[in-house]
Amino acid sequence: MSEKVLMKGNEAIAEAAIRAGCRHFFGYPITPQTEVAAYMARRMPKVDGLYLQAESEIAAINMVLGASAAGVRAMTSSSSPGIALKSEGLSYLAGCDLPALVVNVQRGGPGLGGIQPSQSDYFQATRGAGHGDFHLLVLAPNSIQEMVDLTYLAFELADRYRVTAMLLADGILGQMMEPVSLPDPAAADLPPKDWAVTGTGGKRLHNIVNSLYLKPEDLEATNLARYEKYAVIQRREARHEAFLLDDADIVVAAYGASARIAKNAILAARAEGIRAGLLRPVTLWPFPKAAFAQAAKTARAFVTVEMSMGQMIEDVELSVRCAKPVTLCSRVGGMVPAPEQILESIRQAAGGAK
Amino acid sequence: MNAKILIAGFGGQGILFAGKFLVYAGMIGGAEVSWLPSYGPEMRGGTANCSVIFSDSPIGSPIVDTPDILVAMNLPSLDKFEPTVRPGGQLFIDSALITRPANRSDIETHYIPATRLAEELGLQGLANMIMIGRVLEKTGLCPPDIVTAAMKKVVPERKKALLDKNLEAIETGRKA
Repeated sequence: MSEKVLMKGNEAIAEAAIRAGCRHFFGYPITPQTEVAAYMARRMPKVDGLYLQAESEIAAINMVLGASAAGVRAMTSSSSPGIALKSEGLSYLAGCDLPALVVNVQRGGPGLGGIQPSQSDYFQATRGAGHGDFHLLVLAPNSIQEMVDLTYLAFELADRYRVTAMLLADGILGQMMEPVSLPDPAAADLPPKDWAVTGTGGKRLHNIVNSLYLKPEDLEATNLARYEKYAVIQRREARHEAFLLDDADIVVAAYGASARIAKNAILAARAEGIRAGLLRPVTLWPFPKAAFAQAAKTARAFVTVEMSMGQMIEDVELSVRCAKPVTLCSRVGGMVPAPEQILESIRQAAGGAK
Repeated sequence: MNAKILIAGFGGQGILFAGKFLVYAGMIGGAEVSWLPSYGPEMRGGTANCSVIFSDSPIGSPIVDTPDILVAMNLPSLDKFEPTVRPGGQLFIDSALITRPANRSDIETHYIPATRLAEELGLQGLANMIMIGRVLEKTGLCPPDIVTAAMKKVVPERKKALLDKNLEAIETGRKA
């Protein structure tokens, strides 16, 4: 265990990416993620890496595509409106089956919105990152330590499955500091990138990284193969955290910063005699459906806590097959739910104040 | 030690820096800690604040809604946050910049003319740390032997003169 240091979440992501072997960062500033780029600008030259501030978010994601096609670990980061601009590139990355890391430190929307924390890009991350049939592998940290650990995991899973991973954070996690340790990432047994366009040296057939297939039979085949891969990811890679869940009547579902606030409310509910617990998705895609289905067998009701008008709630309802009532507790626009508001939602779900 | 601390004032008063010092002190002292700044355009010449939490158990929300300790370094901050202090909590006012007394009678209020003391003692820009010195004296948040170690984490060794000035400001606050 390495010594604990205090870091902002944004800085922790950047340092973790460098430790994970990323030497190619393409950025464009936007609050509240700018410290990721600022940290990279400072550190990359010292580790013989490349920090490049692109002329736009669109340029940055396409540079990621190019670097990844050449077989290196590449990343970009942005915040909500900037991620929307990257949509085209995200879809092309998927169509090319390229690994990459994209960080979204969410802020309020829609439109330019505001700069305060939000979780209203859940649909964007898990459903609508771009056109066509594809998924990002979406990881949702809820502490600075997880921002490090999940950055390591994101690069590993991206390389293992040739998918683009997204780290979905929010303004609170990006800006806050707490102690974190930065061990070197564990060595992973990953497949060789024998598909990368690295030059043949005249010794082999050239590789092609491409997303254009004009014969529909061929394009269908790539889609079917990709979804076979997604099925494996859904089977193997869904992750969640359970907190006081075993005997919980009321299961609170929350990810990221909302899950931290929900913990305060759950402890307060327990103090009132309401058996509440937390089921926190760590992966948003694949969603930990099995854990929710299991919890639905014993829970009386679910409460989702989101800084959105209700997006993850759809995955919770799908996972529990509407077997138990699911209600929403939310604030939006950069406002953050207070523990008292969540506690009130828990009380309501438990059948009124006890 | 469990404490929820809110430090608030103008951008440029070293509000976030004071919070960073405290959070390092808490970490070195073995507490679970978190630090959350206000961020955005309001920091440029406007108000700035930061939430610092010390806890014996893992920290859930890093947001301080009901501070046990409020440090107010300008009037807008006092107006905004005084009503949020937990009953029985402590309020520290820079009385050189804030001329009104506290409205609350269910909290303990300390008046420190920190900005004036800083100017008189050649500690320009360190009113923040004078305030923190008083907070440490009155709350026992962190033992004196941790102060220097924590300060070294936030003031680099190559700026030793600044390190000494910051420590002097803390000491001034303790005795104020």
